[in-house]
Amino acid sequence: MDPQIWTYIMVGVTFAIYIGVAIWAKAGSTKEFYVAGGGVPPLANGMATAADWMSAASFLSMAGLISFMGFGGAQYLMGWTGGYVLLALLLAPYLRKFGKFTVPDFIGERYYSKIARLVALICALFVSFTYVVGQMKGVGVAFSRFLQVEFETGVFIGIGIVFFYAVLGGMKGITYTQVAQYCVLIFAFTVPAIFISLQMTGNPIPQLGFGGKTVDGAFLLDTLNQLSVDLGFAEYTAVNTGNTVNMFFITAALMFGTAGLPHVIVRFFTVPKVKDARISAGWALLFIAILYTTAPAVAAFARTNLINTVSEAEYSDVPAWFTNWEKTGLLSFDDKNGDGKIQYVADAEVNELSIDRDIMVLANPEIADLPAWVVALVVAGGLAAALSTAAGLLLVISTSISHDLLKSYLKPDISEKNELLAARISIAVAVVGAGLAGLVQLGFVAQVVAFAFGLAASSFFPAIILGVFDKRMNREGAVAGMIVGILFTASYIIYFKPALGGPGTPEGYWFGISPEGIGTLGMLINLIVSVVVSRLTPETPKEVQELTESIRYPRGAGEAQDH
Amino acid sequence: MSNNMKEYWKRNLKYLAILLSIWFVVSYGCGILFADALNSIKIGGFPLGFWFAQQGSIYVFVVLIFVYVRLMNKLDQEFDVDEK
Repeated sequence: MDPQIWTYIMVGVTFAIYIGVAIWAKAGSTKEFYVAGGGVPPLANGMATAADWMSAASFLSMAGLISFMGFGGAQYLMGWTGGYVLLALLLAPYLRKFGKFTVPDFIGERYYSKIARLVALICALFVSFTYVVGQMKGVGVAFSRFLQVEFETGVFIGIGIVFFYAVLGGMKGITYTQVAQYCVLIFAFTVPAIFISLQMTGNPIPQLGFGGKTVDGAFLLDTLNQLSVDLGFAEYTAVNTGNTVNMFFITAALMFGTAGLPHVIVRFFTVPKVKDARISAGWALLFIAILYTTAPAVAAFARTNLINTVSEAEYSDVPAWFTNWEKTGLLSFDDKNGDGKIQYVADAEVNELSIDRDIMVLANPEIADLPAWVVALVVAGGLAAALSTAAGLLLVISTSISHDLLKSYLKPDISEKNELLAARISIAVAVVGAGLAGLVQLGFVAQVVAFAFGLAASSFFPAIILGVFDKRMNREGAVAGMIVGILFTASYIIYFKPALGGPGTPEGYWFGISPEGIGTLGMLINLIVSVVVSRLTPETPKEVQELTESIRYPRGAGEAQDH
Repeated sequence: MSNNMKEYWKRNLKYLAILLSIWFVVSYGCGILFADALNSIKIGGFPLGFWFAQQGSIYVFVVLIFVYVRLMNKLDQEFDVDEK
């Protein structure tokens, strides 16, 4: 059957499932809308969290990135999984015991301050919006390439789908849709990986296969190292020792940023008990780990296959996928020496092939010559990843507006019914807003994602940790820490990001830390400022000390409470 | 705060210290700081530092959370602060 028809079938069937689930799980109250009634079983919550977490970037871009970075790509693998250990051990059980709806709820109450709450609210909105714009862009790209529609049309289809189930179902609808999306995306990611692993190494488990031997009897990674060196690249598995400090800081910023991202934290408000909050972080990481341990295998397979297929190949004999991707402009060949062969080497003067890293996951099944339905499956998986993340983020935005802003500041006497209506309206506005923002300024979006992690690490993470573990931490300390942390991190990123108009150059990096990693330093500065200021200012009120004390013990957690 | 509760919290902090030390050593230690040295050891086709960075650390993260859940559930029962 034609690959195009397969794609229509796969995408159509999966979308029908999402919409069916959304209708089944419609939200009836604000509590169901914000935290799914606090009644999601931990295993389902783990899957939903995993789908929420793994975005179009994890699904489509990460393996490609690792493929071209080799060892260094590990900063994304460790950075985007290690944060769950921090979440499970340091945040999730305590925030669940605290039992409110949002991160600004916690900050506002623990620090008895409307200013602290407002700072948290603005950060949450900024972080989530930045992120969601990138997802809408991902949806647009996937649709336009595989359904043969314009990029804009793709974005509008995406808006329509997310609009439907997020507005209708709130957190309850989103959670159960995400369970379905997780199944689709993990199936779509692992099936081609298993096929390719079998093809190249005879081992059906990709995690083991890429440490195994290929048909010619040599270890795959040794072969890949040799191929890389022959073409003038660094060895695939070699450590770039000059980059160690920077890699350390980037990994840490991603980890602490993960543990500070509002759309991840809110997940732990949706389970019935403290015990469930702990275990659902475990399930979430297990489900995430399935993709994250497969990705480096996919990266190594794709790299080897690519070099073997294109290096020194006659341009006139290239396979069909090569020509197809050439049409999109994401892959291009320029026969500099006029010999009709493809020279793919490290030296930019001689190199004749340029490849956009983002195409690796999508092109991989084609490079390995897998059946058409597998290629279609990957498209459906990419869409599932983008849509599930977008929906989770949009919910945080809508909760921030209707609950944190409207109910807490503007109109405290709002009725349950009107608050639910306000939540639905704000999610609708947010979907459309994010979609429209996704249409413009494409290159800009990728640059600001570094912002999201840096800001979450340097603002929320210390404020929450200190709120739980340091009883002496007071309003003055937390607010001062958050503001200094954010300002420092934001100024460094803006200064050193040419895309944001900054004048800085890599030579000026402090200790060689690039903007992606600076959130770690911002976090440390936040911690120091918070502790120093809190020790110089009045103690926290007695009832707040008692609150801090009470969240340490699981008993009596009850369900998530409104004010 | 009763002594009992103080003891519960102290035990909790001890577990955290141990588990987070392991978390730090496998990822930042084996995966980044000592990865180059570990790469001279090979397990099957994997240089060890590379394996820790791209595979091993993630497995350890998952195990750490499940161990923590087990320890805490037992601790909650021991000090009678578990949810009814």
